[in-house]
Amino acid sequence: MADPIKNSLRSGPDASGHFGIFGGRFVAETLMPLILSVEKAYGEARNDPSFTAELSNLLTHYVGRPSPLYHASRLSAHWGGAKIYLKREDLNHTGAHKINNCMGQILLAKRMGKKRIIAETGAGQHGVATATACALMGLDCCIFMGCTDIERQAPNVYRMKLLGAEVRPVTAGAGTLKDAMNEALRDWVARVDDTYYLIGTVAGPHPYPAMVRDFQCVIGDETRAQMQAQEGRLPDSLVACIGGGSNAMGLFHPFLDETSVAIYGVEAAGHGLDKLHAASLAGGRPGVLHGNRTYLLMNDDGQIEEGHSISAGLDYPGIGPEHSWLKENGRVTYVSATDEEALDAFGLVTRLEGIIPALESAHAFAYAQRLAPTLSKDHLMVVNLSGRGDKDIATVAKFRGEGGVS
Amino acid sequence: MSRLSQRFADLKAQNRAALVVFTSAGDPSILTSQAILNGLPAAGADIIELGMPFTDAMADGPAIQQASKRALEAGMTLAGVLGMVETFRKQDAKTPIVLMGYYNPVYIYGPERFAKDAAKAGVDGMIIVDLPPEEADELLVPLSRSGIDFIFLTAPTTDEARLPVVLTKASGFVYYVSITGITGTVSASEEAIENAVRRIRRFTPLPVAVGFGIRTPEQAAAVARHADAAVVGSAVVEKVARGDAALVHAFVAELAKGVRTARQ
Ligand SMILES: Cc1ncc(COP(=O)(O)O)c(C=O)c1O
Repeated sequence: MADPIKNSLRSGPDASGHFGIFGGRFVAETLMPLILSVEKAYGEARNDPSFTAELSNLLTHYVGRPSPLYHASRLSAHWGGAKIYLKREDLNHTGAHKINNCMGQILLAKRMGKKRIIAETGAGQHGVATATACALMGLDCCIFMGCTDIERQAPNVYRMKLLGAEVRPVTAGAGTLKDAMNEALRDWVARVDDTYYLIGTVAGPHPYPAMVRDFQCVIGDETRAQMQAQEGRLPDSLVACIGGGSNAMGLFHPFLDETSVAIYGVEAAGHGLDKLHAASLAGGRPGVLHGNRTYLLMNDDGQIEEGHSISAGLDYPGIGPEHSWLKENGRVTYVSATDEEALDAFGLVTRLEGIIPALESAHAFAYAQRLAPTLSKDHLMVVNLSGRGDKDIATVAKFRGEGGVS
Repeated sequence: MSRLSQRFADLKAQNRAALVVFTSAGDPSILTSQAILNGLPAAGADIIELGMPFTDAMADGPAIQQASKRALEAGMTLAGVLGMVETFRKQDAKTPIVLMGYYNPVYIYGPERFAKDAAKAGVDGMIIVDLPPEEADELLVPLSRSGIDFIFLTAPTTDEARLPVVLTKASGFVYYVSITGITGTVSASEEAIENAVRRIRRFTPLPVAVGFGIRTPEQAAAVARHADAAVVGSAVVEKVARGDAALVHAFVAELAKGVRTARQ
């Protein structure tokens, strides 16, 4: 391997899993030996050519990679500024970027001899991707999902069941992603011998934030090559939505050392940053939850607050620790979009491009809509279309007061 | 000598184990919780583990999650927990109090400030479930400067290679989590506990407390035959939920009887 670039922003985390003060491993002792063994197994796997070959084979022939980098000419013309490209993660098998990470981790779980896979899910996209990977590998699958999310993402719940997964409803708290993650951790503590926890975003204790990032970096690596092929140069800006931050990190990371590339992460501003929202960088502060130190929404007494977003996949009061670090060192600009702005962008992309985006991805479009008109026509902007929106049509219909979706 | 060392030394002289009772501060209401706390020594608790409520009690089962929720709804805060200890200390200077909870509230309070305020209130030890030795220094150092013990958890999954990593930083006592699981669920066998305690003793002279899954006076007695302390949590909390301090104290008295007669 080449020497890492001096002062590269891509060299984190350190040996103990920290990105500056963020990250780390804040878990109960029962889990600690297990997490150390995941780290060891991942360290071996990533340097094993047979592991990387098997993963790359699955990504090509099962997931359908590379996903296209599509020039959205109607959207570009409508906004009248930057030239907009969409990274089409919605075209992956199961309809979102989540499957990239699931393919990597399922191979790791198999390597570790685990028989049962658990996962948390918000929008259900990670749950569906995990259930899919388990069906493919013949492993037992149990998905933890908050009751609120089960209701608003019903099609995905049924997909998981069809794929043979057990879906465990979580009633604690607001019944959203945070509560699902608590419950998955509780299950894991009780089943350490046979169970592997397949975390769906760049959060959790080390090595998960780094591992999930590595598996998602295929998004940015492809984007770089595709942009080179289509435009002969690097993009000028990148825009992605942020729940835990995996689709964003996957796109951003390969460009972190390219100082000419402006990078924007879009958090969910819910009803507005001065009201209920899920923008942990904009409205939170550093704290410790779910195994790592990162920005979190909390009250003055350190009690975690519930987030709110119309999009179940962004409805999380935390964010991956590497994003917290990239905020503090200023490399990435973090912004936000409200429910209403996301819904507006959802409608626009659907009508202009014939692509129904996930409500999560619609947050990235909402910010692009603000930024693109201010930029020149030779500015190359990549918006990460992290997933398709079929799962969200009932939510949208309800918000618009329209019928036709049961 | 710290209150914890003194208590373990006294009980050793009596050839019996300690009964450690867990209750969540502020559960089910702030007044009742103080009454429960104040009456625990007379009911037979040798050491008190006072829960600092947290919204996301990841290592706890439904009983303690509900206790946390009730306490937070009753308005309990971290400063409030210290206030309860301070009030308790006006009537009891001897019974050790160990605070147990999750790191975020303490981190937000500020480790340095917390260590000072906790010592002033009369806290003897801290158990922070999600702070393994690898991450603990930022709290452990200020605590030890304030004379507060940091009690580490060990689990059935903590193997012999890892035990020394955990135990070199431990003080006060060692807390053995007897099952791989969350609080208030399953129980370990007496034989498994005996073996585990024997294994831990090979690595440390500190007293060994055993908790998780101890629900009855009989189970407490079985643990007390082998360990230096038996911790009862969820079973007590289920009584606390009924809002009657006398009922809690009566249950603690039964547990104490079990522990006190275990080695006779
Ligand atoms: C389509 C889509 N995009 C984005 C997200 C948010 O997750 P992350 O920030 O990890 O990419 C989700 C999560 O469910 C999703 O389904």
